[in-house]
Amino acid sequence: MIERNQKPLPRIDEVNRPYWEAAKRHELFLQRCQECDHYRYPPGEICPSCLSDRLEWAKTSGRGTVYTWTVFHQLYHPAFEKEIPYAVVAVELDEGPKLLTNLVDCKVEAIKIGMPVEVIFDDVTEEITLPRFRPVSQSV
Amino acid sequence: MSLKDSCAIVGLGYTDQGKVPGRSGMSFYLEATRNALDDSSLDIRDIDGLIIQPCPTDRSVTAFTLAEELGINLRYGADQQLQGASACAIIQHAAMAVDAGLCNYCLCAFADTSRSAPQGIVYQVAWGTGAAYGMFGVAASYALIARRYMHEYGITNQQFAEVAVTFRKHASLNPIAQMRNPITIDDYHNSRWIVEPLHLLDCCLVSDGGRALIVTSAERSRSLKQPPVYVMGMGQGHPFEDPMRRSTLTVTGAAESGKKAFAMAGITPEDVDVCAIYDSFTFVVPMQLEDLGFCSKGEGGAFVEGSRIALGGELPINTSGGLLSEAYIQGWVGPHEAVSQLRGDCGERQVPGAEIALVTSSGGVLSTHTTLILRK
Ligand SMILES: [Zn+2]
Repeated sequence: MIERNQKPLPRIDEVNRPYWEAAKRHELFLQRCQECDHYRYPPGEICPSCLSDRLEWAKTSGRGTVYTWTVFHQLYHPAFEKEIPYAVVAVELDEGPKLLTNLVDCKVEAIKIGMPVEVIFDDVTEEITLPRFRPVSQSV
Repeated sequence: MSLKDSCAIVGLGYTDQGKVPGRSGMSFYLEATRNALDDSSLDIRDIDGLIIQPCPTDRSVTAFTLAEELGINLRYGADQQLQGASACAIIQHAAMAVDAGLCNYCLCAFADTSRSAPQGIVYQVAWGTGAAYGMFGVAASYALIARRYMHEYGITNQQFAEVAVTFRKHASLNPIAQMRNPITIDDYHNSRWIVEPLHLLDCCLVSDGGRALIVTSAERSRSLKQPPVYVMGMGQGHPFEDPMRRSTLTVTGAAESGKKAFAMAGITPEDVDVCAIYDSFTFVVPMQLEDLGFCSKGEGGAFVEGSRIALGGELPINTSGGLLSEAYIQGWVGPHEAVSQLRGDCGERQVPGAEIALVTSSGGVLSTHTTLILRK
C-alpha cells in the first residue's frame, strides 16, 4: 500500500533501466549516439540528432550549470509538506541535456542561473537512487 | 490558391462558465452547439462537418458520439488535439475542409469540466520523473520558463502585474467573466506565490464550460444572420513538447505561426486593431508579442506597460479578460472575443472601428502554437 506521505518514485521501464541502474552505482549515465556523439535525455529509442538507433550508455562528467529553477510554495503532494518552500532546478549538463533535479547544500536564496554544480547520489530507497546536485566550490 | 479570406466564422456558441457543478462534458458541447446554431440562424441539419477538441475530463466525447447526439450524419469529422492550441488549429482545419469542398458548414467545439470534475484538477498532475523531485503541475513548468525569461531579458514581476491588472479591468466590463472585481498592482504583489516567480495572479483560471463556432465558405457566409468574420491568415509553429528538450525557453511557437499568418494575410503587426493572446500565465503575453513582431525581442515587458494593451490603448489585448480573468476554456476564449469585436458586439468593451484581429492559442507548456488573423 502506498502511504500518503511517501514521495513518488520514478517508474523504471526497459528504456530507462540503465539510467537508474547507473544511479544506484552512483554514476550518471546518459545515452550517447555512436554515429554523431549526441547525448540525449530522457532515454529513447533513437538519436534525435541523426535518427541513428545505435545508442550506447555512456558515463557523464556529472557536471553542469543551473539553467533555470522554480520555488514551490503551493503544496501539490502531501509528502512534500515539510519541505515547502523547496526548489526544483533544471541542470544543463556539460554533455548538453537538461535534467530536472534538486540542489543540496544550497539555500533557495543562493540559487543562481549559471552556477556550476556537480552530481551527488541520494539513496532514497533500496531500489532507487536519485541524482541530485550540489554547488561546485568556486575556489577549487 | 491561398486560403486567405476563403472562409468565415458565422456562429458563436457560449455556455454557462466558471464554476458550474454537476454538468457532463457532453452537456456543454450540446449547449454550445445549440447556441452557435441560434447565433448563425443555421439549422442543425445544415451542419455536415464537425471537428472537436476532446474534453480533458470526459474522453467519451468524440466528433462521432457528439454527431450522434445531435442526430446528424457527418461528411467530414475529426478529433484534434493540440491541447490549448487546438482552437485556432481547428478553425484552420475547418477552413481547409470547407475550402476543399469536403463539407459546407463545419462545427468546431470544445468543453471542459476541470473546475468541478470529481477526479480533481487535471492541470495539477505529476509529470514523469520530475515528481520524485517535487515537480508537479503545469504552473511549475511555466515558472521555469518565466525565470529564464527574467534572466535573459530582465522582464520583471512588475511587468507581469501590468498584464494581470489590465485583463482584470477588461473582465470587469464583461458580464460573463468569472472574475470581475478589479485588482491593483499591489494586489498582484500581495497574492501568494504558487511556484516562484509566479504569483497566484499570474495564473489563469480553471473553469467549467464549453464553446462552439461554425465555419463556412465566404460565399455562404454572406446570406446568414451575422456579419461574416473572415479568416484572413493562419499559421502553426510547434516547439518540442518537453521544455527541457528545447534549445531555448524564451522563443515561443508564435515566431513561426505568426510569420505564416501575417504572410498569408498580407499584413504587418501595425495593421492589427485588437488581439486575443493566449494568456495561460501573464508572462507569455509579452513573450508572444515579441515573437509576433509587435515589438523586438526583449521589449515585451516595456510594451505591456503604460496601458498600451488596455482598452483605449494603442493595441487592446484580451478585451474579454482572457484566460486570466474571463474563463479558462483553453484556446476558445480568444476566437470568440475576436469575432465579437469584429462584429462590433462588445458593448462597453468594444474597440471602436476594429477591423482586423489577431488570435493566438498555445498548448502544453508553450509546446504547440497557432495564430489566426481575422477581419470583418
Ligand atoms: Zn546521432
